[in-house]
Amino acid sequence: MFVLLALHLVVGTAAIASGRQLGRWAFALAASAPAATLIWLLTQAGDVVDGSPAVARFEWVDQLGLALDLVLDGFALLMVSIVSGIGLLICVYAIAYFAPHDPAGDDTETEAHHPRAVGRLAGMMTLFAGAMLGIVLSDHLIALFVFWELTSITSYLLIGNDDTNPRARAAALQAILITGMGGLALLAGLIIIGQAGGTYRITELVADPPTGSIVNAGLICVLVGAFTKSAQAPFSSWLPGAMVAPTPVSAYLHSATMVKAGVYLVARFAPLFAIAGSWRVLVLTVGSATMLIGGLRALRQTDLKLLLAYGTVSQLGFMMLLLGTGLDHIALAGVVLLLAHAAFKATLFMIVGIIDHETGTRDVRRLHGFGPRWRVTQFCAVIAAASMAGVPLLFGFISKELALEGYLEHGDVTGAAVVLIVIVAASVLTFAYSARFVLGMFGVLAAPDADPTDIALTRDAHAPGWLFLAPAASLTALTLAFGLVPQSLDQFVDAALGALHPSAETVHLHLWNGFTGAFVLSSIVILGGVLLTVFRRPVAAAQRSGAAALRFVPTADRSFNALLRWTGVTARRVTATVQNGSLPIYVSVIVLVATVVPLIAFVGDFDGFPQLVESPVHVALVGAMVGAALAASIVRRRIAGALMLGAVGYLMAGLYVTQGAPDLALTQFAIETLSTVLFVLVLRHLPSSWSHRAPAIAAPMRVGVSLAVGATIFVFALVASGARDNVAGPQQSEVMIDSSLPKGKGHNVVNVILVDFRGWDTLGEITVLLVAAAGAVSLARTGRRRGDGGPTLEELLDELEPATDVDGAVDRELDDLDVEVPR
Amino acid sequence: MSVLLAFLAAALFGTGTFLLLQRRLSRIIIGIGLIGHGSNVLLLTSGGGRGLPPIIDSADPTDFSDPLPQALALTSIVITFGVTAFLFALGYRSWKITHDDIVEDDVEDRYIARRVVVDQMVAEGEAAAREIELDEDRG
Repeated sequence: MFVLLALHLVVGTAAIASGRQLGRWAFALAASAPAATLIWLLTQAGDVVDGSPAVARFEWVDQLGLALDLVLDGFALLMVSIVSGIGLLICVYAIAYFAPHDPAGDDTETEAHHPRAVGRLAGMMTLFAGAMLGIVLSDHLIALFVFWELTSITSYLLIGNDDTNPRARAAALQAILITGMGGLALLAGLIIIGQAGGTYRITELVADPPTGSIVNAGLICVLVGAFTKSAQAPFSSWLPGAMVAPTPVSAYLHSATMVKAGVYLVARFAPLFAIAGSWRVLVLTVGSATMLIGGLRALRQTDLKLLLAYGTVSQLGFMMLLLGTGLDHIALAGVVLLLAHAAFKATLFMIVGIIDHETGTRDVRRLHGFGPRWRVTQFCAVIAAASMAGVPLLFGFISKELALEGYLEHGDVTGAAVVLIVIVAASVLTFAYSARFVLGMFGVLAAPDADPTDIALTRDAHAPGWLFLAPAASLTALTLAFGLVPQSLDQFVDAALGALHPSAETVHLHLWNGFTGAFVLSSIVILGGVLLTVFRRPVAAAQRSGAAALRFVPTADRSFNALLRWTGVTARRVTATVQNGSLPIYVSVIVLVATVVPLIAFVGDFDGFPQLVESPVHVALVGAMVGAALAASIVRRRIAGALMLGAVGYLMAGLYVTQGAPDLALTQFAIETLSTVLFVLVLRHLPSSWSHRAPAIAAPMRVGVSLAVGATIFVFALVASGARDNVAGPQQSEVMIDSSLPKGKGHNVVNVILVDFRGWDTLGEITVLLVAAAGAVSLARTGRRRGDGGPTLEELLDELEPATDVDGAVDRELDDLDVEVPR
Repeated sequence: MSVLLAFLAAALFGTGTFLLLQRRLSRIIIGIGLIGHGSNVLLLTSGGGRGLPPIIDSADPTDFSDPLPQALALTSIVITFGVTAFLFALGYRSWKITHDDIVEDDVEDRYIARRVVVDQMVAEGEAAAREIELDEDRG
């Protein structure tokens, strides 16, 4: 199994790397990964169906008990079949989709069809497929989370693959913000559950699920993560937005696989935790709302792809209702729906892609009915849409019957009746939007007053080639086959259900269950759907007025954008305040943080004052130094300030003498002389006194900051000297004094330390001096290059306006950019 | 270590910080010089009380002042000098270019503070959402 994950990684990176050469044929390379997975799956399927899951373990850090466990049980088998099966078909489909022939759309999608962009797409999809396999195979909660986030990231990159399109960027950003937020909630939830259960292994949690109020909180976090990923209300807005991605991506990630990750997680956890706390209430409420809202909005779309996207939202809500209850009879319907949905929705997406590719539009108002060569495509579309609508003899009907039957006869949960009504109502809507899809494709919904070019556009559209159509056709064949002979799936579905609910009865799927309550409801659904389709004009009018009445209710989309705007504005205000470009303000902030915070800690360690004065000489020295320092900070003339600094330096030398440090005194004396000479050299050029210029910070503020720093240093010095006396054992200095003569062959201990014991330090110090000297020389020499032909830097800068007018400079820059600045 | 020397270090740091918070490069240099002296006082006093120069055979080692902080302080003195020299050169260059030694506000930072990138990003998302809503109304 690890080999397969690695294979996806290798193939994905290879496809990205070779995108320029391979172009659309990168998808042929990409197809090798799902193909290999499917072959491996066939070798494992027998054992897994018989109830012995395949396991793999990778010991990572043995000492910490870190290991990666993969388990292929019945449910994972079903998910992997979907991920790799659809993945393989999508790869084949994409080779044709990205073919250069593009009669009407070539002006809009040239960038997206660029070979490198296509190669990147193929590689990303393979990487995504690997991450998706990781989700369904991981037996460790944290590993599952990592793969989960990897799918979010690859989804972000795939939606935003055409990075020149602002809509693609906006949609990608929205998708990753919403799923990323959910991901954080999920991580918190998984950690809570893992800690409460004492294990992060899913198989061990299944054996002994934890309970308690803290677990309930964790479960709510997990559900938030699952809801964002599976586009449940109110987090569904990112999924329709994601439709800006090329159709293979939408068909694969945003209908067949990634959006089912949330459903997968809910399905795994529901048997363990559905009875706990608020799980069922949450899942059933959110699932019902999503199923209805998705259906209602799908019915209003004119873009076939958006219609399918809202349809997916609705179906995902349906899956939540089925797999989130934790009841085996209802979960059975969910398992079948997972399969059926993957088959019909991928087909429909592929057909939308074909239409888009051949005509350049997906708008039902511009589709006027295709020529006779489109019969097969139309047949596939009708079968898939009918399966989605729940028409008998098709795969979708089986799952819908099971769902209705499950809720009718085994739905012993609170509110089951309400959920059943929701499912029936939403299924009516599903029938209606499926019909809308078919009618749109046959040109029934075309605008009556269309110009002739539009009519010709669809009538004369080039029919898709066999490679283009084959994936959709083969899925249609599956929809028909499993609809007519559902028994063939018995073992497969039984293994999947058994992995979730070990105590579930053996599965027997039937085409015909007799005149049961479920069949009556199915008939009602079909009848209602037909009525909605026949009276579609009044329905649309009613929906429009309903939408107009709700205009002022904040939708999820608008709330999201408002939140984003608020965050942006707030962030900008904070930045404008904190990062305002003034060095003194930066220094104040740094210095205050660096002093006030430690001061709090120091005060706690303070244990009494040491002696007040060590030696009478100190009183005079310190008095003179403090006076000179104060004078240096007050005097108005530069030269006076420099001399005061020099005075402090020479007095420091005196202090060193009294402390028994003659080397320091000598060095200080020499250096101070040098500094003063340098200072005077520079000052020779500068005007003698400071010109008046408003300081960045008011004087009281500066005094306040300085006092705070002084206070902290005072406390620090006292606390630090106290700490030294508390050290036990021989001190490092004593060792150095003892070994100075025998090891360093020197009498002066300080010198021996510098050149011997801490010789590397001294080498570093010399390097610093060299770097500083090199910098100083090169800085000082700039502007001296007169007479070598061109103007000096100084002259060039003189021509520019003095840079003192900062706001003016910013305004000019913004004017150049022609953007509006809110003030 | 005495309260008096702690006070000296505090005074040097305080006046140094006061100078550091000004716009003039020459005052900033003086400020850094004062802070450098202050940290040397701290280093020196971290070696405990005063003593005799740590030179072997000149006195009893127990009467020595601590040599290790002295070595550290020596390094500190030299490095402070390196930094100061570099700042002198910077001041000289600043004067060469602008005939002044003021540290100006950073134009880039001021510009970033007023940037509009976030708004543009949000506007893209809002425009996309509006388009979808309009499409629905027409359909």
